[in-house]
Amino acid sequence: MNLTLKIWRQANADATGSIETYPIENVSPDMSFLEMMDVLNEELIGKGIDPVAFDHDCREGICGMCSMYINGEAHGPDRLVTTCQLHMRKFKDGDTITIEPFRANAFPVVKDLAVDRSAFDRIQHAGGFVSVNTSGNTQDANAIPIDKHDADKAFDAATCIGCGACVASCKNASAMLFVSAKVSQYALLPQGKVEATDRVLNMVKQMDEEGFGNCTNTGACEVECPKGISLENIARMNREYLSASLKG
Amino acid sequence: MADKWTNHKSHINLVSPANKRLIDVIVVGTGLAGASASATLAELGYNVKTFCFQDSPRRAHSIAAQGGINAAKNYQGDGDSTYRLFYDTIKGGDYRSREANVHRLAEVSTNIIDQCVAQGVPFARDYGGLLDNRSFGGVLVSRTFYAKGQTGQQLLLGAYSAMNRQIGRGKIKMYNRHEMMDIVLVDGKARGIITRNLVNGQIERHGAHAVVIASGGYGNVFFLSTNAMGSNVSAGWKIHKKGAHFANPCFTQIHPTCIPVSGDHQSKLTLMSESLRNDGRIWVPKNIEDVNAIREGKLKPTEIAEENRDYYLERRYPAFGNLVPRDVASRAAKERCDAGYGVNKTGEAVYLDFASAIMRYGKEQAHVKGLNENDAVLVKKLGQDVVRAKYGNLFQMYEKIVDQNPYETPMMIYPAVHYTMGGVWVDYNLMTSIPGCYAIGEANFSDHGANRLGASALMQGLADGYFVLPYTIGDYLASDIRTGAIDTNTPEFEAAEKAVKDQIDAFVNNNGKNSVDSYHRKLGKIMWNKCGMSRNAEGLKEAIAEIKALREDFYKNVNVPGKANEFNEQLAKAGRVADFLELGELFAKDALERTESCGGHFREESQTPEGEALRDDENFTFVSAWEYKGEPSEAVLVKEDLNYEEIEVKTRSYK
Repeated sequence: MNLTLKIWRQANADATGSIETYPIENVSPDMSFLEMMDVLNEELIGKGIDPVAFDHDCREGICGMCSMYINGEAHGPDRLVTTCQLHMRKFKDGDTITIEPFRANAFPVVKDLAVDRSAFDRIQHAGGFVSVNTSGNTQDANAIPIDKHDADKAFDAATCIGCGACVASCKNASAMLFVSAKVSQYALLPQGKVEATDRVLNMVKQMDEEGFGNCTNTGACEVECPKGISLENIARMNREYLSASLKG
Repeated sequence: MADKWTNHKSHINLVSPANKRLIDVIVVGTGLAGASASATLAELGYNVKTFCFQDSPRRAHSIAAQGGINAAKNYQGDGDSTYRLFYDTIKGGDYRSREANVHRLAEVSTNIIDQCVAQGVPFARDYGGLLDNRSFGGVLVSRTFYAKGQTGQQLLLGAYSAMNRQIGRGKIKMYNRHEMMDIVLVDGKARGIITRNLVNGQIERHGAHAVVIASGGYGNVFFLSTNAMGSNVSAGWKIHKKGAHFANPCFTQIHPTCIPVSGDHQSKLTLMSESLRNDGRIWVPKNIEDVNAIREGKLKPTEIAEENRDYYLERRYPAFGNLVPRDVASRAAKERCDAGYGVNKTGEAVYLDFASAIMRYGKEQAHVKGLNENDAVLVKKLGQDVVRAKYGNLFQMYEKIVDQNPYETPMMIYPAVHYTMGGVWVDYNLMTSIPGCYAIGEANFSDHGANRLGASALMQGLADGYFVLPYTIGDYLASDIRTGAIDTNTPEFEAAEKAVKDQIDAFVNNNGKNSVDSYHRKLGKIMWNKCGMSRNAEGLKEAIAEIKALREDFYKNVNVPGKANEFNEQLAKAGRVADFLELGELFAKDALERTESCGGHFREESQTPEGEALRDDENFTFVSAWEYKGEPSEAVLVKEDLNYEEIEVKTRSYK
């Protein structure tokens, strides 16, 4: 099929960006979206045009590096997939596709479609861990049985890939879904409970300092999340935060 | 053997807590090995500088490991033990790994699970709240711990969280989007690295008392592999060129269950976890007429009767069946497809079928719930729910890529390059042949011999990073406590930095006509056709000549657009492909000189009448460690003889 691509081009963080239009022909429906971008870039290189920069690595939907905002949706029109797992069979011949970076004040553009998501890392530095050293003397893994339902819920929260689709989809650019997924994972496990109070306070504080917006419960984040992280986690984090604030 | 690691740990030199604060360690790579080592070194008190080329350490490709992690916990009471894990790993590696290293790996395996649970890693649990296990290939016990099909993700996020705690404390300084360009030696010792900031192109010098390479494997030398797009050999190759021996480069794992290639646009291949072989049965049609009808779209696999299916692994290897080791399963798939029984258009696919598992689980569920076990529709639905709970994300991934529903029709799979057992040579302390330079995880060679068993890569990465390197490195650093901070304003750093800048300038000013990717694809074709699942002397000699010619053409005609001082993915890729073009040649040379078949290395000249791999223990019970001498094909072989004291060397049989 033949497509028209409208792509955000921006040389670096300080430059002014704009949308450029590129036609592309003979796109196979079996291609992934990023493979289509590879073909475009090969063509651009052949024409002496700077190829489009975008982040990508594992190309199997788990590393969380790819981050395109396609036709107004983070990771494009398909559900429960990242951009790398989106396939061209979701589009049809003659379509115009608009591709932008994940936009948020806390995610400055690095170049073209690549953005800086290190704010997410800094939130994790503030409390996204259990304070246990590596010693070889920790207690046996089966010493504390964990209710399977809690373990499964903790796992579901822990599958967040940190891609930032939640932030890009939110009209307030809120990071609540991301932060609540980590807070929930630990809140549901006995190993995480010891530091629960400090964790939620510190992570929320860092989130606010990074310039993410507030949550107004519109739920766009849950819809666009490639891993289906549930809004329940935000409710759980709010409970954790409230009880931590009362204690603190 | 049983006490070697304990004795070794008790007698090596230590660095006092006060002195650790004065010592800097560089770690390159943030996969399981690099992240766990960084965190543990920082906990011990060292100043750690960690580098990754991704935008966050959490993205390293360990994240994509699916099936699980082995540990000799014997929670299932099925006769597992440290010895059995040790034995299975040696046997699985076809008796080409170092006994002492493997025994240590089996010993610390149980600590890994304890550590990860303490960190809050959400492993799968049963209804009693205890940890669940599954089986992997090449073993007869259930010792694999897992978190659905995302075990690597959960373990890596655990190690990443341990790193985050140390980054927050200031004990780890993290450099994202930085690529190691070279190592710097001073008086023969590793004293730092040169890096390129991938955002602005800046070349930087970083000094340290020791350098740890944890940069993963080199499967991308094949262009198409299950590795991430950015996975590369460069860190390992750069230290090889500065004196580190490179061991067993031809030992590559071709994983039997990957999604087949769909077309020329393909950029990478996707694994379907080996855990699926717990429940999936692999088959092709018995009759060639059925194969043809399927390829023409006239017949569906579900329409082929049971008696007309060839469950070839169950037929050839009744003891292990669908759970034979990966090398055996891959060759068996190739054998059927070469014989003309491949089931897709290209003739390079076999079926992985869950229908009988779905019915088996469904009946069990119906029985437990007191429902009608003879209601086929109900049983199928219940069975699908069980399979979804176990492998849901894998089934979803398959459906998104192939556009077929694997709950209703069998998956199509074919072998693909997945892991490299070979790598930088290391001693028992995990130090390379460069003093002060270490290699851990997939980047080194030591534990998997000629074939790695499933769920052992995660085990080795975390064993090296959490429980081995942080202690063995002290043995070397103990003599470095008086050195003081490493000065990077020295002629050695200057020279290394200049060489890096010269190469970059050469690339961006080359103005050639061919893209970097076009060379990578060509290299991949040579590797796959001549150094792939089966190899022969003639093909390997051709590969060496072709790679050499391709490399010369690359330097003359490669086109690297853009500038050196900006975000430039093509430039980064050019450097990586340049190193693959050298490694590929050494790979073929290693495969040529090892005239036996062992593990994943199958030489057509060395096989039994039934077509099984035929080892030559008399002449090849050694590690091939290669010393760099200028051109890859001029590398000099340094043999490390393998002595088996605990385990009797036998012909590997899974029949």
